[in-house]
Amino acid sequence: MIVGSCGTGGGDAGVDRVLGLVREIAEEEGLSFRLAVIRSEQDRAGLKDIFHDGGIVPLRNAPLIDAGTFDRSLHIVGMMGPEPIMNALRDGADIILAGRSSDTSLFAAFPLLHGMAPGPVWHCAKTIECGASASVNRKRPDGMFAWVRPDHFEVEPLDPANRVTPQSVASHTLYENADPHSVIEPGGVVDTSSALYEQVSERSVRVHGSRFHPSDRYTIKLEGVELVGYQTIIIGGVRDPYIIRQLDPWIAAMTAKMQERVAEIFGGSIGPEDYTIHARIYGRDGTMGPLEPDPTPSKDVGIVFTITAPDEVSSATIAKSFAHLASHYPIPEWGGLITGLAFPYSPAEISRGPAFRFNLHHVVTPPDPCAMFPTTWHHIQPSKVPA
Amino acid sequence: MTELGQLARLIRSKNAGPFDLTFDIMFDRPEDYARVVASGVLNAGQFAALFHVPVEAVQFFEHATALAIKVSIPRPFGQCDAGDGDCFGGQQYGPLVTLQVP
Repeated sequence: MIVGSCGTGGGDAGVDRVLGLVREIAEEEGLSFRLAVIRSEQDRAGLKDIFHDGGIVPLRNAPLIDAGTFDRSLHIVGMMGPEPIMNALRDGADIILAGRSSDTSLFAAFPLLHGMAPGPVWHCAKTIECGASASVNRKRPDGMFAWVRPDHFEVEPLDPANRVTPQSVASHTLYENADPHSVIEPGGVVDTSSALYEQVSERSVRVHGSRFHPSDRYTIKLEGVELVGYQTIIIGGVRDPYIIRQLDPWIAAMTAKMQERVAEIFGGSIGPEDYTIHARIYGRDGTMGPLEPDPTPSKDVGIVFTITAPDEVSSATIAKSFAHLASHYPIPEWGGLITGLAFPYSPAEISRGPAFRFNLHHVVTPPDPCAMFPTTWHHIQPSKVPA
Repeated sequence: MTELGQLARLIRSKNAGPFDLTFDIMFDRPEDYARVVASGVLNAGQFAALFHVPVEAVQFFEHATALAIKVSIPRPFGQCDAGDGDCFGGQQYGPLVTLQVP
C-alpha cells in the first residue's frame, strides 16, 4: 500500500498524523509489516543558499520571490517523483507513507520498478490518479483497474455497472491540468498528443501511442506557505438603492476614515501598511472579482469585509471598531445617522484565525531524485496478540 | 443561436495548481463540438476579452478525441490569497454558460 501527500499537504505534520493512524490500526488489528516513511519537508536555509546561487527557477505564473521568502516560509515541501517510492518498494516495504508526491508517481512507481516502458506507465498513472474519475458514470469515489503492457495500457472501472470510453479516458488528461496534451513530471513530460484510444470491451479502453520525453534536467517542484496575518470577517447586507449605486466610493471612504481610528486606537503602533480591509461584494462581482464581465449590482447585495492584521487581538480590535464605523457611514443623499449595513450576526465580527498564502511555485534540481526525500524504516508489530 | 450551456455536456472551471485557472467545455456529440469550434465564439481572443486578461496569457486547446475545448489563464490572485474569492476556482465558468453559438 502506498499513501502519498500524507495529510493532503505532505508536510511532516501530515506524515506524522497518518503514521499515528497506521500505528493505531496495526495495534487494534494485530498487524505486523515493514513500513517505509518518506519525508518531503525541506530545509529552508539550504534552499535559501541554492536561491542565492540561482538554482531556484520559477514555473509559469509563479509569484515573485526573494531571499526573505525562505525566511518567512513556515513550511516548504518538495514534490517527489517515483524514485524514492521505487527504492522503498525494492527494499521490501509493505506500506509506504510518502510526504508530498505527484499523484501520478504513486501509480507509476511499481510498473517502472518492473521495467515497463515509461510512455504507457505515465499515461496510465495519469488516467487512474483520481480512481474512477475517468469513467463515464462515476457514482461514488471508487477505483479503476489497469493493465500496463509493453506498448499500451488498458483500463476498466472496478464497479461492474460503470464503464470507460475513449472520450472519458481522453477527457481525464484535462482535469486540474493547464495543458491537456502534456503532463509535467519531475523527470520529463508525459505526451498524450498522439495517443490512440480504442474501446476493447463494453467497459474497457486500450491506449496506444503514449510517450514520455525525459527532460535534460531532473527538477523537483517546491511548494511553500507563509503567514499572511490574522483575519476577522464581517458580513453585512445592503438593500438601500442609494447606497448600492455608490458602493465603491462609500467603502473607499469608510476604509480611509478607519485609518484615523486605527491611529487613535493603537497610538501609532499599527500603521496603515500593517493591516488591510478588503470588501467582497456578492450580488455584483463577489464570485469572479476582476474576471467578472458584468459587474451590475443586484437590488440586494452582500458584503464580506476581511480585516487582516499582524496578530489576533489587533485584527479583532480593528474589526469591532470598523463594523461600527461602516454601518453608520453616511452617504450624501440622507441627512442624520444612517444604518447602512444589515448584520446577520451580533457581534458582527467573526474571527478566522491565521491566514496563509502559497509563496512558491518553483523548481530546483536535486543532486539525485532521492536526495531531498529521506526514508526511515519501521518494523511495526503489535504489542500484544489480539484475543 | 443556441447558448453554449445547451450544447455542452459539462462546462467547468478548476484550479490547475495554485496560480492557474483552467476551463473545460466538454461535449457528448461530435457535431456539437464541431459546431462550437467552427463558430469562432470561443478562441483565445474572445476568452481574453470576456475575462479581462491579456490574450498572450490565454492557453487555448481544442481536443477532438475528448470532444472538449480547454482554456487556461493565470489566476488573478494566488489560491486563497488576499482578494481571492474562489479558492478552488469552481465558479469562474459562469459567463461561458450563456455564450450564444450560431
